[in-house]
Amino acid sequence: MSCEACPVHNTGRPSHLGVDMGNWDYVVALAGNPNTGKSTVFNALTGLKQHTGNWPGKTVTRAEGGFEYGDKRFKLVDLPGTYSLLSASLDEEIARDFILFGNPDVTVVVVDATRLERNLNLVLQVLEITGRAVVCLNLVDEARRHHLRVDERRLARDLGVPVVPTSARYRQGLPELLAAINDVAAGKTACKPHRIGGASPEVEQAVSGLARKIEAVFPKLTSARWVALRLLDGDARIAAAVRQGELGELEGASQTAVEGAALAEASA
Amino acid sequence: MSASRFDQAAVQDILRSAEALRWELGRDYHDRVVETVYADAAGIADRAVTREGDRPRFDLDATIDRLVTSRVWGLPIMLLLLMLVFWLTITGANLPSNWIASVLIGRIYPALKQGAEAVLIPHWVSGMLIDGMYLSTAWVVSVMLPPMAIFFPLFTLLEDFGYLPRVAFNLDNFFKKAGAHGRQSLTMVMGFGCNAAGVVATRIIDSPRERLIAIITNNFALCNGRWPTQILIAGVFLGTLVSAQLAGLVSAASVVAIALLGVGLTLVASWVLSRTMLKGQPSTFSLELPPYRPPRVFQTLYTSLIDRTIYILWRAIVFAAPAGLVIWLVANVHLGGPSLAEILVNLLDPVGLFIGLNGVILLAYIVAVPANEIVIPTILMLTVLMTGVTGVGQGAGVIFQLDSQQTLQSLLTAGGWSLLTAVNLMLFSLIHNPCSTTIYTIYKETGSVKWTAVATLMPLILGVSVTFVVAQIWHLLAGAI
Repeated sequence: MSCEACPVHNTGRPSHLGVDMGNWDYVVALAGNPNTGKSTVFNALTGLKQHTGNWPGKTVTRAEGGFEYGDKRFKLVDLPGTYSLLSASLDEEIARDFILFGNPDVTVVVVDATRLERNLNLVLQVLEITGRAVVCLNLVDEARRHHLRVDERRLARDLGVPVVPTSARYRQGLPELLAAINDVAAGKTACKPHRIGGASPEVEQAVSGLARKIEAVFPKLTSARWVALRLLDGDARIAAAVRQGELGELEGASQTAVEGAALAEASA
Repeated sequence: MSASRFDQAAVQDILRSAEALRWELGRDYHDRVVETVYADAAGIADRAVTREGDRPRFDLDATIDRLVTSRVWGLPIMLLLLMLVFWLTITGANLPSNWIASVLIGRIYPALKQGAEAVLIPHWVSGMLIDGMYLSTAWVVSVMLPPMAIFFPLFTLLEDFGYLPRVAFNLDNFFKKAGAHGRQSLTMVMGFGCNAAGVVATRIIDSPRERLIAIITNNFALCNGRWPTQILIAGVFLGTLVSAQLAGLVSAASVVAIALLGVGLTLVASWVLSRTMLKGQPSTFSLELPPYRPPRVFQTLYTSLIDRTIYILWRAIVFAAPAGLVIWLVANVHLGGPSLAEILVNLLDPVGLFIGLNGVILLAYIVAVPANEIVIPTILMLTVLMTGVTGVGQGAGVIFQLDSQQTLQSLLTAGGWSLLTAVNLMLFSLIHNPCSTTIYTIYKETGSVKWTAVATLMPLILGVSVTFVVAQIWHLLAGAI
């Protein structure tokens, strides 16, 4: 019997499945700053070979793959790298739309351990949208090389979501990452996501009041609070989405992007 | 459509109260939110990160960056690196190329012919299969595989190491001067791999005007399908102009020159577009230089061999083998005298010679619209079949006592090639319409027939003009001497 056919081999390790999986138990989004190794994590988890590159902007489309963990099937969506969710260009919009409207069960934010402060800006914005998140503290090998030590337990406590140190290039920390994703997806981990603090009472009142109104009209929305924040910031695209009643209905919003990815892969 | 499912009054209420609250909160609301995010991030990072020991006195990354992105040394270092890559490719490919050719064409080909004769296979069947399909495939493998197997891994190593964003950084200023977005330097570098991928990569550019400029000009970045043509023709025609010691250097320099010409054309075309059809100011942006990462050499070698070398060779063979069959038929079906191929080539010859190319090359470019990879194979097959030198290696094997480059050169010279043909082929390979995959991608990304037509026809017209001018100047100079 080959290793692949052995049940032991398949528990606690993603089986390398092709595209034949039609039914998913959970959808997992993979977000993060550019050049933090999202695509490497994606390849390591799915066994696919999306081309990775050492530069920001390598992934500009959504790539999808799948893996199995325990008896559950996970669909993994690799999003373009973004510094924030305030969305200026098409690649950033693809990432934001999916986290906001694609209703992923878990959002994994891949962060560069050597540039933690800047990467946390995105993490905090994601946590405003969804508490069902796992922080993948990637490139810890590089951090070690630069004599940096990141206290992941302290970080997890401050952020209120699981933090898993990994070195995806060398396939380190992946079993722990899978376990954390599984636990958040299944609701076994209770997340208490960090909320952006320091806001004045008047801001807080404005945000929560508006969020309640939005929630009443769009009950399926992942984060009415984030939409409220964006509306208060005068985000024209979000306002348009509200006007057209698209909120919570945008699951297929980035379909063309997926086709683009397939095309790019076919011709790369 | 879906809007009707929601309470329009409630939606209007949300938008109205949001608008009202925005006035109450004041204009600095956005800044306050961003500042809060930054402050929180800084606080959390500060608590979690500790630096062990002192900051290393010598920061290797910063030192390398100061050198490779310096105003003075940045560009010369880039040129030197490119030269080195092509020199290694061209000189290194010679030996394995000869070896493969001597086995596939010098030994196996005559054996196949003899075997076919021995078992009485009809002449037209063996002609089609052995002279058409086998010989063309053998040529493709022997002349294209070795350079690709050296070039692609070297290029991928540079990419994985983190050098390409530095190239973009060095060029960014030029793009700004051309009225284009600085990030276009990144999408252009991406186009050095594949233009279709480069066109998709323009999504990182947020202004539609600058994105269109980047899409239209991406074709001037030499792609994977065209590098082998450049390397091969440079090695065969330009390298042989000088002594053997200098051959590699001269061929490498000419490939670098063509690649730089492509960069120059990208800038000039962007400049013209941003002043005519796509007027506007360049927007600002920030470009992050990623850390240098030691490439994982074995994995890089493996993936670049599988993903690029074998993939492109496979595309070339898949397209070339059936094309070889058809071309053999076309070359052997006679319509009362000349063969079909001769009729077609003779038809195109005047146009071809007018712009310093020939009918065979033009026919090859028409056949090669789906994939640039098969230009060289098609040219070889047509030349072999039309000049009737199918018997290479069959007789005394005289030709194979020379190396494969010289064999190729004597073959092409028999097909009427001159130095001008070679130079213009290199130019035309750089400047012509994008392949059909790229054209389709441009249409998908722009959603506009007009801009797709501009991106397709502009380089073709430019290519014909450039080769025409070069040919005229060449003839003038030749006449003067």
